[in-house]
Amino acid sequence: MKDLFAVIMLAGMYGLLSASFFVTMDAVDVAFTEASVGAGISTLLMLTTISMTGRYENTTRHRPMLALVVVFVTGSLLIYGTLDMPYFGSAQAPIQLHVAPHYINNSMSEIGIPNIVTSALASYRGFDTFGEVVVIFTAGVAVWALLMVNVQRRKNTEIDDANNSTHEQHFIVRFVAKMLIPFILLFALYVQFHGDYGPGGGFQAGVIFAAAIILYSMVFGLNTARRVISQPIVQLLTAAGVLLYGSVGIVSLLSGGNFLDYNVLSADPIAGQHLGILLIELGVGCTVASVMILIYFNFSGRKNDRELEEHKETT
Amino acid sequence: MDIVIAVVSAIFLLLGGFLCVTGGVGILRFPDFYTRIHATGVTDTLGAGLILIGLMLQVPDVLVLVKLVIILLMTLFINPVATHALAQAALKSGLSPLLQSKNHKGG
Repeated sequence: MKDLFAVIMLAGMYGLLSASFFVTMDAVDVAFTEASVGAGISTLLMLTTISMTGRYENTTRHRPMLALVVVFVTGSLLIYGTLDMPYFGSAQAPIQLHVAPHYINNSMSEIGIPNIVTSALASYRGFDTFGEVVVIFTAGVAVWALLMVNVQRRKNTEIDDANNSTHEQHFIVRFVAKMLIPFILLFALYVQFHGDYGPGGGFQAGVIFAAAIILYSMVFGLNTARRVISQPIVQLLTAAGVLLYGSVGIVSLLSGGNFLDYNVLSADPIAGQHLGILLIELGVGCTVASVMILIYFNFSGRKNDRELEEHKETT
Repeated sequence: MDIVIAVVSAIFLLLGGFLCVTGGVGILRFPDFYTRIHATGVTDTLGAGLILIGLMLQVPDVLVLVKLVIILLMTLFINPVATHALAQAALKSGLSPLLQSKNHKGG
C-alpha cells in the first residue's frame, strides 16, 4: 500500500480491535493501554509525521524478494521454536507454576490492593516497570535531541491574530473541545489515582492526560498551547517522574529494605506498600504524560513555525 | 411491566441495529465523500444512541445506568463534531460535493 495515510488508519483500527480482544480475554488494563496508546496517541504522532513528510511512499529501491525470503526463514524458525513450548493455556506451563501463583494468592495479604495487575506491575515487578519508565524517558529525550525546535518567543498579539483569523472556521470544534478537555483531565486523574482499585495506573493516565493537552494544541494552535504549558516545565517533569520513581527505590534502600521494597516506607508494611505504589505511579504518570507532550510539541513545532511564517506573509 | 420494558428495549435495540446496518450499506453504496459521512453520522449518532437507550431500559442498577447516560452524552457531543470537522476539512482541501447534473444522475 502506497498511501501512508491509509496505512496509519489501518494501524489505528488494528489497535482498537486488539484492545477489544484484550477486553474479551479479561486483560482490561492492557486493553486500556492499547486503546489509549495504540489507537490514540501513536496514530496521532504518525499522522503528524506524514503531515510533514508527505502522504505517499516513494518508489521502492530495495529488492522485495530478498526481504520476503528473510522474513519467511525467520518466521519458520520462530514457528519451529514454538513447537517445544507448552500448549496454550496449559496448567503445567512454567509461567503458571513459577511466580504467578504467589502473586495471585498473596497479593491481597502482602500488598493489600484489589487490582492484582497494579500490585504485580508496581510492587512485585517494580524494577521492570522502572526500566520501562526509563525507556520512555530515553525515547522522549532522543526525540527532543533530534527534533529540537528553537521555541521562538512570539508576541502574544501575533499568536492572538493568527488564532482569531481562524476562529470562525474552527468555532464548533473549539467550542466542544473546550467543553470536553476538563472532563478528559478529570478522567486522567481518576485513572491515575484509582489504579489500585480498578483498571488503570500511571501509564494509561499519563497518555490520557497528554491526549487532552494535545487536543488543546491541535484545536487552538501550538503557540497558544505553548503559552499554557511551557515546554521547559514539561522537560523538567519528564525527568522529575523518573527521579521520583528512583528516589522511592533509594529511600527504601536507605530505610533498610531492598531497592523498591515499599514495606519499609511506613511502620505498617501494607501502608508502606500503598504509599510506594502511589508515589511510583505518580512518577510514571508524570514521565509518560510529559514525554508524550514533548514529542508532540517537537513534531508539530517544525510544521507550525512554517505555517505561522506563511500566515504573516499573507497578512 | 417487565414484558413491556423488554419489548420496548428490544424495539430500540433492533432499530439501532438496523440503522447501523444501513449506515454500513451507505458507506459502501453512496457515491461521494459527503454522502458517505452522512451515512457514518447516522451510524454514530442515531444507531449508537438507540442501542444505548435500549440497553438503558435493561440495566440492573443505577450505576450502570449513569455510565450508559454518560456514554450517550459523549457520543452525542463528539460524533457530530467529528463528522463536522471531517466534512469541513474535506471542503477546505478542495473536494467538491458531487452534485446532480443533467447528464449524470448521481449514484
